[in-house]
Amino acid sequence: MSDLTSLSMADALAGLDAGDFSSKELTQSYLDAVEAGQAINAYTTVTADQALDMAAAADDARAAGTPGPLAGIPLAVKDLFCTKGVLTTASSHILDGFHPEYESTVTSNLWRDGAVMLGKVSLDEFAMGSSNETSYFGSVENPWRADDGQSRVPGGSSGGSAAAVAAHLAVAATGTDTGGSIRQPSSYCGLTGMKPTYGRCSRWGVIAFASSLDQAGPIARSVKDTALMLGSMAGYDAKDSTSIDTPVPDYAAALTGDIRGLKVGIPKEYRLDDTPAEILALWDQGIDWLKQSGAEIVDISLPHTKYALATYYIVAPAEASSNLARYDGVKYGLRVPGDSLIDMYENTRAEGFGEEVTRRILIGTYVLSAGYYDAYYLKAQKVRSLIARDFEQAYQSCDVILTPTAPSAAFAPGENADDPISMYLNDVFTVPASLAGLPGISVPAGLSGEGLPLGLQLLGRPFDEETVLRAAGVLEEAAGFTAQPSKWW
Amino acid sequence: MSNLIAGATGDWEIVIGLEVHAQVTSEAKLFSGAATEFGAEPNTQVSLVDAAMPGMLPVINKECVKQAIRTGLALGAEINCYSVFDRKNYFYADLPQGYQISQFKQPIVGEGTITLDFKDGSTKEVGIERLHLEQDAGKSMHDQHPSMTYVDLNRSGVALMEIVSKPDMRSAEEAGAYLRKLRTILRYIGSCDGNMEQGSMRADVNVSVRRPGDEFGTRCEMKNINSIRFAQQAIEYEARRQIDIIEEGGTIDQETRLFDSAQGVTRTMRSKEEAHDYRYFPDPDLLPLEFEQTWVDELAGELPELPDAKKNRLMDELGLPSYDAGILVSEPEISVFFEEVAAGRDAKMAANWVITNLFSALNAQGKGITESPVSAAQLGQLLDLISDDTISGRIAKDVFEVMIETGDDPEKIVEEKGLKQITDTGAIEAMVDQIIADNPDQVAQYAGGENPKVIGWFVGQVMKASQGKANPGRVNQLLKQKLG
Repeated sequence: MSDLTSLSMADALAGLDAGDFSSKELTQSYLDAVEAGQAINAYTTVTADQALDMAAAADDARAAGTPGPLAGIPLAVKDLFCTKGVLTTASSHILDGFHPEYESTVTSNLWRDGAVMLGKVSLDEFAMGSSNETSYFGSVENPWRADDGQSRVPGGSSGGSAAAVAAHLAVAATGTDTGGSIRQPSSYCGLTGMKPTYGRCSRWGVIAFASSLDQAGPIARSVKDTALMLGSMAGYDAKDSTSIDTPVPDYAAALTGDIRGLKVGIPKEYRLDDTPAEILALWDQGIDWLKQSGAEIVDISLPHTKYALATYYIVAPAEASSNLARYDGVKYGLRVPGDSLIDMYENTRAEGFGEEVTRRILIGTYVLSAGYYDAYYLKAQKVRSLIARDFEQAYQSCDVILTPTAPSAAFAPGENADDPISMYLNDVFTVPASLAGLPGISVPAGLSGEGLPLGLQLLGRPFDEETVLRAAGVLEEAAGFTAQPSKWW
Repeated sequence: MSNLIAGATGDWEIVIGLEVHAQVTSEAKLFSGAATEFGAEPNTQVSLVDAAMPGMLPVINKECVKQAIRTGLALGAEINCYSVFDRKNYFYADLPQGYQISQFKQPIVGEGTITLDFKDGSTKEVGIERLHLEQDAGKSMHDQHPSMTYVDLNRSGVALMEIVSKPDMRSAEEAGAYLRKLRTILRYIGSCDGNMEQGSMRADVNVSVRRPGDEFGTRCEMKNINSIRFAQQAIEYEARRQIDIIEEGGTIDQETRLFDSAQGVTRTMRSKEEAHDYRYFPDPDLLPLEFEQTWVDELAGELPELPDAKKNRLMDELGLPSYDAGILVSEPEISVFFEEVAAGRDAKMAANWVITNLFSALNAQGKGITESPVSAAQLGQLLDLISDDTISGRIAKDVFEVMIETGDDPEKIVEEKGLKQITDTGAIEAMVDQIIADNPDQVAQYAGGENPKVIGWFVGQVMKASQGKANPGRVNQLLKQKLG
């Protein structure tokens, strides 16, 4: 990687402000890196011309003394965000050739603040997956490899985002998190990624997976970069009825490094029997780091945690089965003709959706069906309320909660391919906060025995991203995680 | 009045419930800002939301909520300050989202009542089960291409109120009265134009039959009926069909049927087994719909006078009979017209003229009250001319005919045609004298004691001689004196 692509977002902004280099130069460096990094398969679409135009505009704005907060910073966009005039696929065959006539609110906010779009990055099809192996455009490789040289998945669903940022093919990237899709790939790729509170970032223009859970957030190489980018992404949007009208604070200013007196909750239910020892050891290490920084450690209980995964895998597919009904071959994307309307539906959807998406549509259709609704969907909604109440009660005695992000380091491609349940278990620590709509961040904290990054997760109160970021900053500082993947691409 | 219908094996009772879809009068759709004008070029009133583009989200249109609340209030119904939008999932080419946003378990409006009025002055209360808001679908056009179906999404996402009655109606006549009354109420408050031809009001008709006093029978539903007459035909046909089946030993299958208005018959559309499983669940893109009771109270305070209240007022204050009052309030435009004619005048006379003369003239021309060539002010002037003896009631009818033809003011017509009533006693007396002198035989008959009939003949002769302009009262009076 060139010098320019090694810079953090904060340092790149400083360099741009100082006139050390232009956004065009910075952007070109990244476009070169993207070109050289094709083996990672992170990008589905590279928008080089548009990137250079946006970079030039950012340079002009800086010269005119009116740069936005992210002026000139080249970013990758998860291909779940609709981008005007740019192919948007959700990594699915069914959206073949779909060029939206509109720009999602979150990406509009980023461009408003001067950021530069390098292109669109891959994901698990319709954000359904934990390994980025379900993308119609092929698996994405994790830039990190095990010490023995074996390749690893980048995690998912924001695997393309994480892989691109980890390989320095973008300064940072947008992600979306439904059950852990920002935090888990961040953990697998040695990055910081934040899922803000549900309602913090607009969902308008983000292709829906599970509407009551989907939330956009940043994936970056430091807590500060994460804070900077979230500040631009977040904000009330009248076009999203679930968006919350509350001011966006200066997140970077929250990184004071001072967590003296902060109460950090440690949920006993997250200490699972089959969690690998190195994960538990890292968690203990994290507890120790925060304690040494002046935080008070509090034992808490989240008693309904064990039901979270089952609840999630009812609620999310139920919503998905309905959200994905619009992909029917009638209006846009793929159409596979048939002898009748029903034939056309069946042909189009059978060919257009991959196996995991099909599985979740079937599960979702089943749990909403007459006679099953009460036993599955309704019960899941009740449990979801109980899980949210667990957190409310826990936050009576603590300010943030510390847990591992994922139960393992990145696994090998194909490892969980035949076993959806073990694949779903990757979300075990991230899903509860998603169900409760709470903010969460993953911070890289160490390496596994195989030399792969491991993350720790911090959760916070609704709309208290600032405290989460502040604690994450301290954790980052204490962990001093500076390891980089060895370049093989 | 008995609504029972006779079968081969005894009497049967029809049980009818109606689900009316009323398009909310609103500039914009229920969850998008797109326009709602009827008759626009296909696919010109479609937003990204209506076309279900990926990532698009619904945002509730407050105006539609307001109209639903006002309608609920007008139906005397309970308003739910907390309601929930659900998704009704099914696939169809003109349903771009693959689901319709509707309200299933928790509608915005609960139970209410509609009072039906009948010709004989009797009334009947029909219960309202609920009213909920939902999106309309688009329109499939099968006649544009030999093998393809075209889809027009202009209607996609337009706000509908589904108004569900209780199964309280017992005849096609009652169902017709219900639809008319509901349409009247909707028009009074302006929440729906009630235009069935344009599809802005459509009815799903549920019909079952039973022996009087028995439990409800199995019902069939006839979907999307777009005229009151068709609804009544469908009910008559369907009831007879069901009775015939049961009397021949068969049973009724619960199913959705289609009314073929050309043939006047109903046909199976889909059976219960083929019924969709709509997989309703709360729409996660929308928060529950919540508003303050104070808003409801405010809207209640701003409601216009409703037809029942207006009818009672016409009966109590103006002394009109129930049936006349019912007709005069049947459409807001008619009631406004009538009230202008009646203002400061004899209300019964005004009612008579509007109902008898004006309506038959309009009917003959196939016009509605809003297209009347005679304005309320002009009709009022005509009544004034009768009241102040300028013309007789008989002449007034002739004047009115001219008014209907030309739209001219009555004074002008009376003036131009020289129709002013002769009230000059001297002139009338001369005519009376002449008639008496010319008809000695009749004078003799009168003296012979056949007074009433003969005096009528004399009046007729004098009126004829005066070309109808003599004041009939004076003529009568003078004849009695002279023949007396």
